[in-house]
Amino acid sequence: MYVATKGGERAIGAAHAWLAEVRRGNPDLPELTAAQVEAQLGLAVDRVMAEGSCHDRGLAALAVKQARGDLIEAAFLLRAYRTTLPRFGASTPLDTNAMALQRRISATYKDLPGGQVLGPTFDYTHRLLDFCLAAAGGSPGGAPEAEASTAPSPRVTEMLAREGLMQREAPVEAEPGDLTREPLSFPADRPLRLQALARGDEGFLLSLGYSTQRGYGGNHPFVGEIRMGEVAVGFTPPELGFEIDLGDITVTECQMVNQFKGSRTEPPQFTRGYGLVFGHGERKAMSMALVDRALRAEELGEAATAPAQQQEFVLSHCDNVEATGFVEHLKLPHYVDFQSELENVRTMRASVEAGR
Amino acid sequence: MSHDPGYNFAYLDESTKRMIRRAILKAVAIPGHQVPFGSREMPLPYGWGTGGIQVTAAILGPTDVLKVIDQGSDDTTNAVSIRAFFRRVAGVATTERTAEASIIQTRHRIPERALREDQILVYQVPIPEPLGRLEPRIAETRRMHAMADYGLMHVKLYEDIARHGHIATSYSYPVMVNGRYLMSPSPIPAFDNPKMDQMPALQLFGAGREKRIYAVPPYTSVKSLDFDDHPFRPIRAPQTCELCGSRDTYLDEVLTDDVGGRIFVCSDTDFCTERQAVREAAE
Repeated sequence: MYVATKGGERAIGAAHAWLAEVRRGNPDLPELTAAQVEAQLGLAVDRVMAEGSCHDRGLAALAVKQARGDLIEAAFLLRAYRTTLPRFGASTPLDTNAMALQRRISATYKDLPGGQVLGPTFDYTHRLLDFCLAAAGGSPGGAPEAEASTAPSPRVTEMLAREGLMQREAPVEAEPGDLTREPLSFPADRPLRLQALARGDEGFLLSLGYSTQRGYGGNHPFVGEIRMGEVAVGFTPPELGFEIDLGDITVTECQMVNQFKGSRTEPPQFTRGYGLVFGHGERKAMSMALVDRALRAEELGEAATAPAQQQEFVLSHCDNVEATGFVEHLKLPHYVDFQSELENVRTMRASVEAGR
Repeated sequence: MSHDPGYNFAYLDESTKRMIRRAILKAVAIPGHQVPFGSREMPLPYGWGTGGIQVTAAILGPTDVLKVIDQGSDDTTNAVSIRAFFRRVAGVATTERTAEASIIQTRHRIPERALREDQILVYQVPIPEPLGRLEPRIAETRRMHAMADYGLMHVKLYEDIARHGHIATSYSYPVMVNGRYLMSPSPIPAFDNPKMDQMPALQLFGAGREKRIYAVPPYTSVKSLDFDDHPFRPIRAPQTCELCGSRDTYLDEVLTDDVGGRIFVCSDTDFCTERQAVREAAE
């Protein structure tokens, strides 16, 4: 009789064994190491750290390997590990002004103190498949080197603010909330919104940011500045009472400059959209800055009519681990509910038939 | 049995368990009210029962006997997986017998056998908000709960009747708890709703992704919404169980070929096995 009621445990075991086999792939080829992933698939590692909201290149690389390159699955692995870690405190705010820059560009000025630094970017590559890379073995000739510039590179938005043209952010003394410890409630303040966006899905934020450009909550953005490089992470242990340097991490920061016509209380000035992500994640940082600015609609007295401006919509749906879980759970058995729907539809059809 | 020494008993650290227990106590004190809690990221995906798993982890003790069912059955893959998770991280005894379990974690069903005072039923909940399909904004539904403003739901049910002649909701059928809070019973079939009313066992509901816990204390009134002239009617397939002959339990329809062949069997596999044994003994 066809009633499969036993065997779940064995089937799961077999599925896991098969998964391990396909993960390894053709055993005639050398196995990929986590160190190779970390060194050569660096942007995948960066994205997993950002969306897994855990800065650890080695673990992120391991997650990419374990997830067979599925980056959302890798972010999930990293998040699940992150939850088990003890939380011993919060760092002091990162000083991105003191960043050791690898890349720094402004779209609002032709030249500016500190200069424009292209850095390792795809921007002006011609997207032609490089068949030399397919024939492994060659190593690149090496990039030309120069003395590191010691000239300060002040932030573009700060220079505008000194002139009174850029709205300054009101400093908040209160300890920012932590959405991984306390459930998000609405309306959420900006620190919480930025937290959610920083670990949000790159694709989701990209499309939402894009929608603001196409008129759904647009706010005329300029890239004031994108900078990428290493910043020091400082921490003040309570037993020491003074700040110590925990080490450097690479981050990408984007500050968008947006028009603001002014309101009854505010003069016309520029307003800021802010994005910050772990690693080299320019697309994500820019998208985040667009969405951050869109979510400020209410506080700036703008009509919040577009999806990108509605914080409950954006913040409830930007997390890809949550989203993938709920979308994919539809493949779990639902036959009990389906059965009651079957009976329901049969009853409805019978009453339609009877009424004819 | 011992648990995996790499993790705290039942996976969660003790301060997280305490936070969840506080949410549970609050939920028990306000039957049917959704209590926000600091849901953690679990090593199983959202949608697979992370809320129920966290609730179970928070209340589980070393002497508990755990039963896990999905669709009424102990052997659906996800039930097997969750049971294996707790065997590994808590080392507790597990069972497939409803009568032997002290904690039963379930997805989509309430066991057919009546539960006792010394048992706890933990539901996995995908969408805790019963008003969610009518009003997606949580900020707004919280206000509606606070004001007990449930007119929208009554209108929806009325529209069902006007359009179809009867209420067209067959699962996740909304209930009123203790005469105050509208509550989602989780996606159990409406057939199971009456079992919630005045149940001697404590009923706990965990929604991990939505970060909510709610509860129905023992012997609490749970009424399915209806109208005087359109009373609530539980739906089940009208057939008889092929295996145990039951005519009053919830049945699964199983296709046996592609030309319309089908049989009906109990969804609650433990209950069905028991009835089969009774029937065999009688023969």
